[in-house]
Amino acid sequence: MAGKPKLYYFNGRGRMESIRWLLAAAGVEFEEEFLETREQYEKLLQDGALLFQQVPMVEIDGMKMVQTRAILSYVAGKYNLYGKDLKERAMIDMYVEGTRDLMDVIRVHHKLSPKEKEKNLALIEEKATTRYLPVYEKVLDDHGQDFLVGNQLTWADIQLIEAILMAEEKVSTILSRFPLLQVFKARISNIPTIKKFLQPGSQRKPPPDEKLVVTANRVFNRK
Amino acid sequence: MSRKPKLTYFNGRGRMESVRWLLAAAGVEFEEEFLETREQYQKLIKDGALLFQQVPMVEIDGMKMVQTRAILNYIAWKHNLYGKDVKERALIDMYVEATMDLNEIIMHHPLQPPEAKAKHLATIIEKATTRYFPVYEKALKDHGQDFLVGNRFSRADVQLLETILMAEECKPDILSKFPVLQAFKARISNIPTIKKFLQPGSQRKPPLDVKLLPKVLSIFNIGNE
Repeated sequence: MAGKPKLYYFNGRGRMESIRWLLAAAGVEFEEEFLETREQYEKLLQDGALLFQQVPMVEIDGMKMVQTRAILSYVAGKYNLYGKDLKERAMIDMYVEGTRDLMDVIRVHHKLSPKEKEKNLALIEEKATTRYLPVYEKVLDDHGQDFLVGNQLTWADIQLIEAILMAEEKVSTILSRFPLLQVFKARISNIPTIKKFLQPGSQRKPPPDEKLVVTANRVFNRK
Repeated sequence: MSRKPKLTYFNGRGRMESVRWLLAAAGVEFEEEFLETREQYQKLIKDGALLFQQVPMVEIDGMKMVQTRAILNYIAWKHNLYGKDVKERALIDMYVEATMDLNEIIMHHPLQPPEAKAKHLATIIEKATTRYFPVYEKALKDHGQDFLVGNRFSRADVQLLETILMAEECKPDILSKFPVLQAFKARISNIPTIKKFLQPGSQRKPPLDVKLLPKVLSIFNIGNE
């Protein structure tokens, strides 16, 4: 049979973190190989392990999968986190893509200069509180269910809670005007697999710092 | 039954072009509403038509779909352009995501300030010819089939052709070292629905006219911050 999925990335969040979240939420144990040196990266390239010379890469079910969204879609489909039909998939896709747009703004934060960081914080707060969170607050309000789509846990819920926690790390009061999302956050955090992932000692990675930038630049030989 | 899908966007390529390509390739007729003024955009927002206040937006099967990837996924599924099983879908997703990465870089070219343009063009050419095209060249060569995945026409082929043509607009001989991709390009271009889309008078949009850019950005009040 297939072994555990194996994740190749830096020892940090980056683009791999959403994959860690999804696997953990699905209760799937996984291994990780952390890129620390240029030689490791070059060996992966030489072995033809990275289809487009990039990480994330995940070995799963006999495939060496690359491209974050491709990996997430595969994992979601495999573990029944992608809704029950095409219309639910469409909703999940829309919500996930919106959430990922918000995460893109937050993800670059640690790479910015102090002055840019200040501007970025304002942008994070604005986009979160006027463009994205109101949508999910309304969705939950309208149907009154525990989950975003189809009255069951899906990728959309997992992507959203990851984003909420990331946003709160930057703007701690970000949910202050969204009571239903506060309840959602508590409820999803309490799901056993997710609760476990949120505890110290799990494979969840801490917020990125300067050290991660230095490692990434070294591995990819960036100036 | 259902009405034709209706696309809301600018009268230009941007992020909607891949959607036009996929619908056209699937032989699906569609209507378009072009955003020309800020008032139109604000009305759409007031009417709650844009889930995240953004376009592309496509009215299809009773939904107002937003987010390019969500729209493309739905169309691909609906019209059997997404492979026959989970493994084929995984491969299609990998190919398509990479193609969209290259597409994204090319799409940003007109937005580069004059002093950065030459370097940006060099980046496009480098990425296309050393990161992306070699992968598709090899994939086609290895299995010797007409299509990228599963010996069957899929969205991976459509999106690759779209990107090849955009890359060629940047550098006409960009496929010179990729004979298998040249044959692929000719073959996919000849598929009747695609051939029709490539002819003048179709809903395919021309490259962005940079002179129109300020007007487009002003619809979203960008550049006025």
